[in-house]
Amino acid sequence: MDMWTMPRWSPYLVGAGIGVLSWLAFLLSNKPIGCSTAFARTSGMIERVFRGSAVEQKEYYRKFPIEIDWQWMLVVGVVLGAFLSAALSGSLRLEWVPARFESAFGHAPLLRWIIAIIGGFLMGFGSRWAGGCTSGHGISGALQMAVSSWVAAISFFIGGIVVAMLIFRVIAG
Amino acid sequence: MLKGLHARRPAQLLIGLLLGVAFGFLLQRGGATRYDVIIGQLMLEDFTVVKIMLSAVVVGTLGVHLMKSLGLAELHPKPGSVGTSLIGGLIFGAGFATLGYCPGTIAGAVGQGSMDALLGGVVGILIGSGVLAAVYPRLARGIMTVGDFKDVTLPGVFKVNEWVVVLPAVLLIVSLLWWLESAGL
Repeated sequence: MDMWTMPRWSPYLVGAGIGVLSWLAFLLSNKPIGCSTAFARTSGMIERVFRGSAVEQKEYYRKFPIEIDWQWMLVVGVVLGAFLSAALSGSLRLEWVPARFESAFGHAPLLRWIIAIIGGFLMGFGSRWAGGCTSGHGISGALQMAVSSWVAAISFFIGGIVVAMLIFRVIAG
Repeated sequence: MLKGLHARRPAQLLIGLLLGVAFGFLLQRGGATRYDVIIGQLMLEDFTVVKIMLSAVVVGTLGVHLMKSLGLAELHPKPGSVGTSLIGGLIFGAGFATLGYCPGTIAGAVGQGSMDALLGGVVGILIGSGVLAAVYPRLARGIMTVGDFKDVTLPGVFKVNEWVVVLPAVLLIVSLLWWLESAGL
């Protein structure tokens, strides 16, 4: 089967590829790959539309200025790259409720939407509290052997495993 | 180091975009942009996400430290503390399990057509990030200062050459992946 149209690649091939991308990010851009700061900057852009440029003076946005930067473009690229991958392998489709959620909680797009907003809130709040996400801490920080990133990445999984077990074993069980 | 290239903003924005396209392609093709795969990982049934992350760390750490030794790259470890990395990390984990995507994989999920990611998760992340920005000054002077370990790396903690940590860490991770495979996970 043609590699470009295969639905899945080995996780080791994918991981090694991401490792090589991290080399390129350090070499060409002097930056580690990360994603969550781009969401914080976007949130600031939206708030600025409603409240004006005073938002830029907030302590947080003086630290992480409201601007389109390298990482913001990276996140836009992730959307495009995933679209390309899904389109080539024929897995591009509009999906409102993922299969596993549906088998536990039924096919109600509204319920999944509400849960996704709550989960997203915790994700946005927690990633910026921790100063990074699964990419920035879990891959880029871990490969730099940063203490902050190993502590954060392990905490992501401890919190994630406990809450997932609670949702799918206790609440849905 | 390629300092000239690093300073050229339009070129940097283009490099960011192109690296993102490759990153998104790989995440989607690896299955990491699927809710079912991420939840399967957190339920300890499907180790795809951990396999991707750890093999990226192995390949990444060898190349990045080699470039550092050759003077082609410098590290940018993030500062952290018990109050930021551990507490923020646990809140992140709760979001990881509830949402079923993370900030990178949700961008990929949007690209593959997951509407719960686009209309639910992304909106939630933007609100959550905005609320954190609003309460940040109080957190930064309070709980975030607890147990500060700054931007130290493991070689820095042990005061050794980085390869003394990198090579054993690579061996340890490869053994762990080997064990996962032989356990049929």
